[in-house]
Amino acid sequence: MSLESRELSELKSRIGRDPTPTELQIVAAEWSEHCSYKSSKKHLKMLPMTGKLVINEKGYDSGVLDVGDGYVVTAHIESHNHPSAVEPYGGAATGVGGVIRDILSAGTRPIAIFDGLRFGDIEKDLEARWLFKNVVAGIADYGNCLGIPTIGGEVEFDECYENYALVDVAALGFGKKEGLIKNHAKKGDIVVLLGGSTGRDGIGGSQFASDALESDNRSAVQIPDPFIEKLIIEAVLQARNDKLIHAMKDLGGGGLSCAISEIADALEIGIEMDVDLVHTREDNLSPDEIMISESQERMLIITSRAKLKKLEKICKRFRIGYSVIGHVKSDSQMRIKKGKRTFASLPTDVVANATLLDLPATMPSYLHTIETENKLRPISDYTKILTKLLGSPNIASKIWVYGQYDHEVGIRTVIKPGCDASVLRLDNGKFLSAKIDGNPKHCYINPRQGAIGCFEEACRNVVCTGAKPIGMLDHLQFGNPNDPEIFWTFLESLKGLTDFAKYFKIPCIGGKVSLYNETHAGPIKPTPVIGVIGLAEKKPSVPQTITQGDNLIIVGKTKDELGGSEFFEYIHKFIGGRCPVVDFEDSKKNMKSVLSAINNNLAKSVHDCSKGGLAVAVSELCMTNQIGCKVSLDKVPGDKLCADKILFSESHSRYLLTTDSKKLSKLVALLKKNKVSFKHIGKFGSDSIQFNCKTKSIISLNVTKSRKIWLHSLSNLVLHGKRASQ
Amino acid sequence: MKVGVIVFPGSNCDRDMYHVLTDVFNLDAQYYWHDKGLPKNIDAIILPGGFSYGDRLRAGVIAAHSPIIKDVQKMAEKGIPVLGVCNGFQILTESGLLPGVLLKNKSLNFMCKWTSLIVDNNTTPFTNQFKINDRIPIPIANGEGRYFVDENTMKKLKKKNQIVFRYDMSVNGSSDRIAGVCNEDGNVVGMMPHPERAAESEINPTDSRPSSLIFESLLVKMGVKN
Repeated sequence: MSLESRELSELKSRIGRDPTPTELQIVAAEWSEHCSYKSSKKHLKMLPMTGKLVINEKGYDSGVLDVGDGYVVTAHIESHNHPSAVEPYGGAATGVGGVIRDILSAGTRPIAIFDGLRFGDIEKDLEARWLFKNVVAGIADYGNCLGIPTIGGEVEFDECYENYALVDVAALGFGKKEGLIKNHAKKGDIVVLLGGSTGRDGIGGSQFASDALESDNRSAVQIPDPFIEKLIIEAVLQARNDKLIHAMKDLGGGGLSCAISEIADALEIGIEMDVDLVHTREDNLSPDEIMISESQERMLIITSRAKLKKLEKICKRFRIGYSVIGHVKSDSQMRIKKGKRTFASLPTDVVANATLLDLPATMPSYLHTIETENKLRPISDYTKILTKLLGSPNIASKIWVYGQYDHEVGIRTVIKPGCDASVLRLDNGKFLSAKIDGNPKHCYINPRQGAIGCFEEACRNVVCTGAKPIGMLDHLQFGNPNDPEIFWTFLESLKGLTDFAKYFKIPCIGGKVSLYNETHAGPIKPTPVIGVIGLAEKKPSVPQTITQGDNLIIVGKTKDELGGSEFFEYIHKFIGGRCPVVDFEDSKKNMKSVLSAINNNLAKSVHDCSKGGLAVAVSELCMTNQIGCKVSLDKVPGDKLCADKILFSESHSRYLLTTDSKKLSKLVALLKKNKVSFKHIGKFGSDSIQFNCKTKSIISLNVTKSRKIWLHSLSNLVLHGKRASQ
Repeated sequence: MKVGVIVFPGSNCDRDMYHVLTDVFNLDAQYYWHDKGLPKNIDAIILPGGFSYGDRLRAGVIAAHSPIIKDVQKMAEKGIPVLGVCNGFQILTESGLLPGVLLKNKSLNFMCKWTSLIVDNNTTPFTNQFKINDRIPIPIANGEGRYFVDENTMKKLKKKNQIVFRYDMSVNGSSDRIAGVCNEDGNVVGMMPHPERAAESEINPTDSRPSSLIFESLLVKMGVKN
């Protein structure tokens, strides 16, 4: 909970004296990994962050994209891993609250929430089940109460998260470009703290999140109150409409210390504040506690004295607490007083900018020894294996999760959860598509290719809805960065993402780094989670019901890439093999062709082929549409492979298109013209999911039975501890 | 005609309802904040969904004691059409304008899903354009949506034709699969599903026509439409 000795002497030399105890607390909070990004910041600069649609403003916590006609979309991603691991309900709920306030800070209304959740093996681990259940409840209760739809996400289980939880929350906002808050402040402006009262919850939360999780420090977890957050949203948007906000910042990690120093540093101003003026929920809080408390649902607003009356009126209308805690000065100092006594007086650039590190990195030794090939037992019954996969926690339907989230409120949700990506309608007639994806199993085997794969998968999902990717969010989650092997995996992932972003000209508009994610068994697998935002100018591709006689076309090559697949890890309990590699040129060609097929109205539906491979992707189509399909494996384009690999390889850049017979020839002609690898591999009909090798049927699965298993396995596991059976 | 949309701290479907009333059905709608009264020239009142007062104590119970509810009660007595959706329905039962209570769903979870309603009473201001047994594809989104009444009240509800909507199958364990009821006079209707989320084809995966009829029924009642 304090500075390292190297950092302490550095602080002394930068301010030319010994710091006061309060100053120490402030700097320790702000120089924590969580707030300062000291280990990662130097390297994050490699990501492309500009583009035609990107709007950069001073002091924003969220990225802004221009979606035309005078409208903007804002986006941000955050995680709340450490808090959720000790107090899953509150940790997850406050994670939602934090990212929503980042969207609000820009002056936009939050319109969607996405969540990426990761836990240990819920089939064996009771604690993982408890964490999962309560994290979902925390997100549901918070988001539902706010009236912001949770419209997408992913849930994954892996032993590397034993007794731990990764809770990533992304949010999107929407508003008029002219309504964006142009952060500015001048001498004499006043600083208002608005929202929940300050208490002892979440003391030292940012430092807690910047250490390996060693204790159940529940007092470092904040307490959620979505009702206050809802009132803050309406109050702030009203104040925005009335042009009462000069600058605004959400209070998150590091509390007031972080908000004051960062906004002052970004706007090159000084701020003097008095802790006695802060509205608190308990007596006798020390100045240090007030400065580093991470009590939730608070916003910092800078306004002029003349506008204060109107702002106060809005606060009273919504019955939210507020206090005028200080004023703006021109000296670039943050001065913390209690009455007449000064407790801290620091240059804001010192507080807001920790010295950045350049940590050593070496390739992990496990990557030298990881098995590349393995003699696995031959499969005698593929039907049984596919059935097992469809009921496995990672592949089974997540309806138990998204059924608890209000995904309709706001009446924008055109494509609902459960599809490849969710789609929202915007006020200018365009459509916004978004998806988040991670894949720690791939990233463990190959951090670089794995990260690229996550990025491409998220793009693919967005493309399936007929939208073109226009921006990405990255959330990089790793273990202790001081371990050079872990830091190497971080750098590799980052380099991969940078390569892909540059090649496809998709700017990174925001992100987060979460380090020190360790369980008692060691570091988590590298877990970058990538969010991609896409825009459809015209109608999105809403999946139409597949009927008898429709055709199945696969776009993209299937390769010898079973490494990190569900087939290896879940069926064979084998970690290793060849990680799927994205061929950038093919990826681009396939994306373009699929989008053009959608725009020419040639596909009834488009589905991404990913986790569980072709076998699972086809089954998903059949189960959702309650119709069978007969697939010829020999026709699948790509390397010459055995049945295992064609069925379960998780090669990227693949799409399943369905079309009726009338449009088949036109679709084939379009794909031929675009020179992509594709084949007409099956026909829909009957009631069984069938895969043939030459003329022999190797899988024959009843649609109704498998649908039942797929739909109910996850809820059965959570509620009764076992999967659904036939 | 003028429709009042009542807004409480924590209401979150007010803007959706307003959009459908004004942009889809060209009605003159106006928001009314909970802490004041209602003007006399209101022709219909809608209480939208959300989490008024964060569902504290019990969904709808604090809002039921708001100053504006007294005016809603007065106008309901005069026969003005009143519709409560989701949290609005909860507020109407809590304020005694409608019989019964809304309990936690049988699953104990919040449930967001598309359901199918069956129209049981086509004489209310919000259902006069339906035929009995018409079906409405419509989403629910609630944690406390299980409608419950005791046996005697149930008998009375049936006798006085107060059951307006039923689910086509048991969704949350509600008495007699009830999704919506009305008062004895039939002018106050409460329903858990959200018609404002189903009245536009763009966001309705099956058929938006039936939900539109809920709003069109009001237009007919007010004489705006034949």
